[in-house]
Amino acid sequence: MEALKKNKKIFFNIGLLAIFVWLLITSYSQSKRKPDNIGELLNDFSWLGGKWPKWLDLPLMNWINSGFKTLNEKYGYIFEAINNVLLYMLMLVKNFLIQAPWPLVILGVIVLTYFASGRKIGTTVFVGFCTFFIGFLHPIFWQKAIETTAIMLIGIFLCVVAGIPLGIAMARSARTRNVILPVLDLMQTIPSFCYLIPGIMLFGLGAVPAIIATFIYAVPPLVRLTDLGIRLVDTEVIEAADAFGASKKQKLWGVQMPLALPNIMQGINQCTMMALAMVVIASMIGTRGLGDEVLLGLQQLNVGRAAEAGIAIVLLAIVLDRITQSYGETLQERTAPNTKKGK
Amino acid sequence: MSKIEINNVYKIFGNNPQSVMPMVREGANKEEVLEQTGHTVGLDNVSLKIEEGETFVCMGLSGSGKSTLIRHLNRLIDPTDGEIIVEGTNVMSFNKEQLIDFRRHKMSMVFQRFGLFPHKTVIQNVGYGLEMQGKQLEEINKTAMEKIEAVGLSGFENQFPNQLSGGMQQRVGLARALATDSDIMLMDEAFSALDPLIRSDMQKQLLDLQSELKKTIVFITHDLDESLRLGDHIGILNAGKLVQVGTPVDIIMNPADDYVKAFVKDVNRAKVIKAKIIMKSTKDSDDIDKTNLIKVNEDQFIEEFLPQIVCSNSNCEVVDKSGNVKGYISNKELQTSLTKS
Repeated sequence: MEALKKNKKIFFNIGLLAIFVWLLITSYSQSKRKPDNIGELLNDFSWLGGKWPKWLDLPLMNWINSGFKTLNEKYGYIFEAINNVLLYMLMLVKNFLIQAPWPLVILGVIVLTYFASGRKIGTTVFVGFCTFFIGFLHPIFWQKAIETTAIMLIGIFLCVVAGIPLGIAMARSARTRNVILPVLDLMQTIPSFCYLIPGIMLFGLGAVPAIIATFIYAVPPLVRLTDLGIRLVDTEVIEAADAFGASKKQKLWGVQMPLALPNIMQGINQCTMMALAMVVIASMIGTRGLGDEVLLGLQQLNVGRAAEAGIAIVLLAIVLDRITQSYGETLQERTAPNTKKGK
Repeated sequence: MSKIEINNVYKIFGNNPQSVMPMVREGANKEEVLEQTGHTVGLDNVSLKIEEGETFVCMGLSGSGKSTLIRHLNRLIDPTDGEIIVEGTNVMSFNKEQLIDFRRHKMSMVFQRFGLFPHKTVIQNVGYGLEMQGKQLEEINKTAMEKIEAVGLSGFENQFPNQLSGGMQQRVGLARALATDSDIMLMDEAFSALDPLIRSDMQKQLLDLQSELKKTIVFITHDLDESLRLGDHIGILNAGKLVQVGTPVDIIMNPADDYVKAFVKDVNRAKVIKAKIIMKSTKDSDDIDKTNLIKVNEDQFIEEFLPQIVCSNSNCEVVDKSGNVKGYISNKELQTSLTKS
């Protein structure tokens, strides 16, 4: 055991090497273009020069395709269940907002902003006008904006439910962080079409793959900022909690989370903005909303219409940004350490 | 039995502290260990005893390991080797629950940069320890208010820490530590971040509180004047090693090595040495001229009676509280005690 522990790194590296060799052998044996006899490679070294040899080809594509196929065939019911749940939640939000009279919705947004911003009149009035202008630009935008908002709200809800606990887990253990960080990097760098299209195959056209795509696209900043927020809490404050005998749970909910909240709110704000950026892309897989107006305008070469829809998206972004941002700011004023409040 | 006993504690920071232990035990110093293994020696074979009801001041420059040492007492840091015994129980034997219970009831702590919870009001901060003890809200608020009054912050209980000045924030920290009613109070450079006037104010407040409460206080500082004023005993740390433990007068009169000598070099001796320390007892005082005497209490500092002697060109008669003559001081004794070694 002791020897194993000491040489952990060496064993790990040997393991990696073994996997690499195994990949080489399997890809060679599965290749259709390999030479008839392996001995040829040792006599004729022409494969080392010029082009990449055709038999040196990892069959990742085949693996993923067959894996995807079995996933779809055998576990289709799981995706159907997810699909139904998300669709149900979406309809609930959407129908509620669409059936409500539009002045009432604007009023709701104004009241929400007023309290979230810590009773700032300027922000509230500004947000009220922005909301009004979404419908004012084109009557059809009102409903489209609500459809977009509904998709985003569900997406953000999923982000919060999954992202914040993940962030907490990362802040608590360096090992978890090392595992999750590359996954987040992957989610942030992989082109969104790579998961939009499989999304369609699993969930069908429409809103649900858009929600999934929104989640994948928007959750990384929330996870990162939750993790960062918790780790940035002053070490002396944490020591104080420890010194007075706080348990791990008491420390998390009584000290770390409240003090990390401004950062977490910033994460939710970033999450919202990225979700909105996804809206236009998602319209290409048939998701209804403001995005498809932009797409329609472009397809008809109707620059005015595309611009109008674009402005509507910007307005929606401003509204959502102001609400989430200002809430974070009011929190920050109170919890910022050692800054005097101007009176 | 001492209140706190620290036996042969070592602390090494690095990837594999145990592997360095044999080398440190053989007496390798901090620089050698760092150079050869990349590990930092925090504490090097520290042993000391702290008695109930005394103020023990631990002094050293930054990096000498004093903050590390105080964090061992409530196990915010675990030692690499050695034992820490509080009231006869080895703290190292505690499991998680026992440790939490121990921290809730036995020890409280005051921090250099206050360590207040910025999202809680003053009264919530002061009541935090009681909240952890699981007390009812009513009782928490009652006790917290008492302590807020004791440190002179009445009227500020519903403010947030960032609305208070540094001195007031540290009073909150002090009140929070007092509120749990633990026997032992750890103070980690508690007054170092305050300006000189407020610092001396806070020292006085601590002395006043201590004369009533008689807690066991472990106080960390890098300021010799502060340690002489507050400490019943002083321990001096250098590079993780405890170089001298003694009363304030011990430290000044008999510094153990050059490091301690450098420390006490600039101290105002007249301010810390009492009459009874330097007096000649009655039977050795035949050579002192007793015609022109000034009465001095044995607990008075030299500073307090020095001007009188200089002006009147007389000698001192040292008496105790009930007026009995204990000894005499002539200019010769004053000269030796005030001359820097």
